[in-house]
Amino acid sequence: MHLAQLNVAHLVAPIDAPELADFVAALEPIYAVSDSAPGFVWRMMESDDPTEVITHEYGDDLLVNVSVWESREALWNFVYRSAHLEILRRRREWFARTAVPYTLMWWVPEGHTPTLGEAMERLALIRAQGPGPEAFTFKEFYEPGSSTPSPSIAGVPH
Amino acid sequence: MLADPVRRELYRFVAAQGRDVGRNEAAEAIGVQRTLAAFHLDKLVEAGLLEADFRRLNDRTGPGSGRPAKVYRRGGPERMVSLPPRDYRTLALVLAEVVDQLDGDEQAEKAARRTGERLAAASHETGLMDVLVGRGYEPYEEEGRIRLRNCPFHVLAETHPVLVCSMNLAMCEGMLRGLGEDRIAAALDPRPGECCVAFIAKDVPE
Repeated sequence: MHLAQLNVAHLVAPIDAPELADFVAALEPIYAVSDSAPGFVWRMMESDDPTEVITHEYGDDLLVNVSVWESREALWNFVYRSAHLEILRRRREWFARTAVPYTLMWWVPEGHTPTLGEAMERLALIRAQGPGPEAFTFKEFYEPGSSTPSPSIAGVPH
Repeated sequence: MLADPVRRELYRFVAAQGRDVGRNEAAEAIGVQRTLAAFHLDKLVEAGLLEADFRRLNDRTGPGSGRPAKVYRRGGPERMVSLPPRDYRTLALVLAEVVDQLDGDEQAEKAARRTGERLAAASHETGLMDVLVGRGYEPYEEEGRIRLRNCPFHVLAETHPVLVCSMNLAMCEGMLRGLGEDRIAAALDPRPGECCVAFIAKDVPE
């Protein structure tokens, strides 16, 4: 199985506004890191231009990313152990705060390319029911076929 | 377990290399016989402080290339000793969750920066490397940067990575300020298995 991932973010200004300039400038170098990262399988792209964000019908201010990875570790190392971490550190400059889950993962058969519709259904699921085997997070992670979350490194049960 | 000085030196040496170390290399570095080094290294493996593996230490393969050698590296799990029992980890976990819920990243970073500044100013060490060693970061130099082999906040950096790494960066920036070190800058430069911060010499105007 491969690990599919969706994250959504509400932009604080239109994507071509000066407030977003640093973020847009970071897209190309960050995608260069993800696409050459160990365990990277696929990501949804609008075009070959990395600054062109994915268009969809869920609202103009919503930025979406969908990608597929070989394992939890591969995705973790890209998200938190690469230049991508700096983007997360500065997220408040570019994205609105949100009280609902904005990122999630789910397992897909190898070779399967998730659609945005499929990903957004999982987002609705995690927002309605919390993390589970069909839509989960790093904090509450489910191995393929498992109905209980993996034990936390901190030794405190979920 | 670490009361024996030879054993302690061996543990320090293997942990500081950040890679697999053979028995000969460890024995030579500490200046003891190979058999004595092997005895203590295996005791450290039994205690879970080191991990052992078998690997060829040269590039030769196939017949005649010899038996794989036993190699050692630092074990993954952390050990904490606290007498009487204290549990700061669970409390830190709870507080990190609260900071997340309150969206208090910015305040947390400011507090970390102040703490770093005070720690460095109060330290009897005056050089950045010595302060980092003293705080358990295990610094080493690579390509003109100071990198940190150990994350002192590892468990929290796994459960709350963005918050904890941002706080750690702020704390390191505070340490630079506390030391009055204005020729060096701290930046996020994370790598798998290491601390997220690296130190870089600032460009000096010509």
